[in-house]
Amino acid sequence: MAKMTLEELRKLRETKKTEMARHNGETMRIIVGTGTCGIAAGAMETLDAFRDELESHGLEKNTAITQTSCMGLCFSEPTVEVAVPGMPNTIYGNVDGRAAHRIVKEHLIDKAVVADHVFEKPAADIIDGEDGAPRKQKRIVLRNCGVINPELIDEYIARDGYAALEKVVFEMSADDVIDELTKSGLRGRGGAGFPAGLKWGFTKDVDSDEKYIVCNADEGDPGAYMDRSTAEGDPHSVLEAMAIAGRTVGASQGYIYIRAEYPLAIDRLNNAIAQAHGHGLLGDNILGSDFGFDIELRLGAGAFVCGEETALLASIEGKRGMPIPRPPFPAVKGLWGKPTVINNVETWANIPMIIHKGSAWFSGIGTETTKGTKVFALTGKINNSGLIEVPMGTTLREIIYDIGGGIKDGKKFKAAQTGGPSGGVITEEFLDTPIDYESLQGIGSMMGSGGMIVMDEDDCMIDVTKFYLEFSVDESCGKCAPCRIGGRTCYNILDKISKGQGSLEDLEQLKVLAQAMRKASLCGLGQTAPNPIMSSMKYFEDEYLAHINDKKCPAGKCKDLLSYTIIEDQCVGCTACARVCPVHCISGEVKEAHVINQSQCIKCGQCFDKCKFDAILKG
Amino acid sequence: MTASTGKEKILTPEIEAFIEKWRGKPGNLIMVLHRVQEEFGYIPRDAMFEVAAALDIPVAKIYGVITFYHFFKLSKPGKNQIAVCMGTACYLKGGQELIDECERILGVGLNTVTEDGEFSVEAVRCIGCCGLAPVLTVNGEVFGDVGTRQIAKIINQFEGK
Repeated sequence: MAKMTLEELRKLRETKKTEMARHNGETMRIIVGTGTCGIAAGAMETLDAFRDELESHGLEKNTAITQTSCMGLCFSEPTVEVAVPGMPNTIYGNVDGRAAHRIVKEHLIDKAVVADHVFEKPAADIIDGEDGAPRKQKRIVLRNCGVINPELIDEYIARDGYAALEKVVFEMSADDVIDELTKSGLRGRGGAGFPAGLKWGFTKDVDSDEKYIVCNADEGDPGAYMDRSTAEGDPHSVLEAMAIAGRTVGASQGYIYIRAEYPLAIDRLNNAIAQAHGHGLLGDNILGSDFGFDIELRLGAGAFVCGEETALLASIEGKRGMPIPRPPFPAVKGLWGKPTVINNVETWANIPMIIHKGSAWFSGIGTETTKGTKVFALTGKINNSGLIEVPMGTTLREIIYDIGGGIKDGKKFKAAQTGGPSGGVITEEFLDTPIDYESLQGIGSMMGSGGMIVMDEDDCMIDVTKFYLEFSVDESCGKCAPCRIGGRTCYNILDKISKGQGSLEDLEQLKVLAQAMRKASLCGLGQTAPNPIMSSMKYFEDEYLAHINDKKCPAGKCKDLLSYTIIEDQCVGCTACARVCPVHCISGEVKEAHVINQSQCIKCGQCFDKCKFDAILKG
Repeated sequence: MTASTGKEKILTPEIEAFIEKWRGKPGNLIMVLHRVQEEFGYIPRDAMFEVAAALDIPVAKIYGVITFYHFFKLSKPGKNQIAVCMGTACYLKGGQELIDECERILGVGLNTVTEDGEFSVEAVRCIGCCGLAPVLTVNGEVFGDVGTRQIAKIINQFEGK
C-alpha cells in the first residue's frame, strides 16, 4: 500500500466498512482469541483443530477463520467467537479439539448452540447486543480487543481508526485538542490520575526546538496485564493517540517503552508501526500534510522502578533507571532534557475515541471526579478471572460478584487488593464503594494501574503484605535511604511476625517506619511501598495480634506457625498420606494409625489434601 | 578501551550489523545488550568489552546498567530454563511451593545451574497469564494450573533434551 492522502484514507475506510458488514451478514466466521494467555492455554491447537474440522465437513470455503487478541475471558481460555448468519454471535470457552469438533457439527451445521461451552457471564457482557439489555461492562479502551485482527491495519481503520488523527491534522488547532481533552476529564490511568489535558498543555506551552512523546508500557505491577492486552489487541490505538499528541504539542518523535517480557506485544507494535508507515499514517507528511511523526520501540529490562516517569526516561536514554526529584516535571524537562508528554498505554488508548466522539460523550461516563472507564485485571481467588472494563463508579461488589462470578470454591471473600505493591486492601464493608480515584484513596487503597487481586479466607494478610514488601525491596533502586533501608527493615519485621517472633513494639516500629518512608522517599516507589502495611494493619489488626500474641496464623498460611498432625482415632491406615509425602516423614503400618515426624515435615500440605478421612489436623 | 586484541571475536556478524544500525541513535546501549543476551542467553564478559569498544561507552557504565536490570544475566543459565511466575496471583495460588519443589528435585537453589548444566530455576515477575495461575515456563513454554506433584513430570520431559 502506498502512502495515502486524506481522501484515500476515507475511501479505504468506507470500502472496508461495507466489506466487513457484508461479510458479517453472509459468511460464517470463527474467531479464535490468540493473545498470550490464549496461546498458553492452547489456542493455536484449537485453530488447527477448526481448520481440520471444517475441511473434513467441506465447509472451509464458506467459513472464515480469523484470529483476534484477548477477549478478556482468561478463566475460559482458549475462547472462540462463532458468528453464523441468522443466529446470535456466541462466545465459547475452554475450546479444545473435542469442543471444536462439536461446534462445527452442532453450531455450524445443525444450527444449535453448544450449551455446555457457553459462559453466560461475563461473555454476554462484552458482545455487542442488539437487545439493548444493560451491560455491566463498557468497552472504550478495549473496544477493538477481541474484535479485530490486530495484525491488520485495515480492520482498525474500518472501525473508525485514524479518524481522530485526521480531525486533529486537518480540522483542529492545538488549543482545540487540549481544550477537548481537558473538557473530557480524562486522567492518567497509570495510577496517579493527573489530568491529561493539563499535562499536554504544559508541554505545548514550552518553547523548545525538540519535544518528545512517550508511551509507558512498562507494566510492572505483578498481577496486572491490562496494558499488555491492549498493546497486543489494538496496537494502532496507541500509535494514533501518540501521533495526535505529537501534532498537538509540536513533537516529531515518539517512543514506546515496553517490557521485554512481552514478546507478542512487541511484535504486534512493530508490525503496526510498519503498516502505519506504509499507509502514510506515520513518517513524513502524514496524509499529505506538513506534519511528520515517527515512533520507535525501546525495551525495558525488568525494573519496576522504571514505571516511574523520570526513571523510565533515564532508561530510554540507556542509563540505569534511577528516578530524579521532580520538579521540573518531564512535561517541561524530560527526555534528553526536552519537554516530554508521557502517558501509559490505557490513557493513550482512550484518546482517539475522545477526539472522535467528543468530550461530552466521554465526560458523560463515570463519576463526578473521574470520567470514563477503567480496565482491571481481575485475578486471584475469583471464578471468572480476566480482563474487564467498567465505567467509573461501578462498585467492587458488582465487579467481584456480577462480573467475576464470586469467590472460587465457595470460600469466603476476605479482601481485594488494588494498586499492587503500592496499594492497599479493600474489605467486605467497603464493597459498595463506587470506584473512582478519590473514593479508593479515601478507604486507604488506590486506583493503581488496574491490578485487582481477590483474596479469600485462606490468604494470610501478613504473608501477602510480606510478599509485596519483598517485591518493593527487591525493586528499590537503592538511591535514597528511606526506601532502601526502610523497606528492608519493614520486611525484616514482617518476616519476624510471620514466624511468630514478633512483639507489640514491632507494630509500633512498623508504623513509624512506614510514615518515614512515605514522607522522605524520593519517588513514588518508596513513598507508596508502605501502603500495604498501613492498610493491612488498619483493617486486619487482629491477624497481626494473633501472630504476635497467640503465635497462630488464622489463615493457616505461615509455615512456621503451622503443623500437621494425624488424629489417631480417625486414621484408618490407608497409607495414602505416607505415599504422597515428598520427604517420606510419615510412618505407620497398613490399617494402623500413622504418625508425622515433625522434625522432618516441610509443611507442604500434600497429606492434608490427600486424606479422605479428615484425619489430618492443620493448625 | 580496546576490544580483546588477539582473541577471537565473540560478537557475531549479525550482532555487529545490529550495533551498526543502532550506532547513531542516542540511548542505544540497552537495545544492544538485549540483542547480545538473545544470542548467548546471557552477557558474556568478552561481549561486554566488545560492546564497550563498539559503542565507545566505558565498561564500568555497561556493567552498571547490566547489574541494575533484572533481565540481564552475567552467568550462563541452564540448558533448560525453568521460570516460576511470582506475580501476585501465582503467589497466592502456590507459586512459592512450586519453587520449593523444583529446588528439592533438582538440588539447586534459585538462579543456580545444576551440575550437569541441564537446568536452572528462577523466579520471575508476572508473565501475564494470571488466569492460568500458578504458572511456570520451561524454555518459554507455558505450563498453567501447575500443582507440586506435576513438577517431576515436567522436569523429566525436558531432561537430556
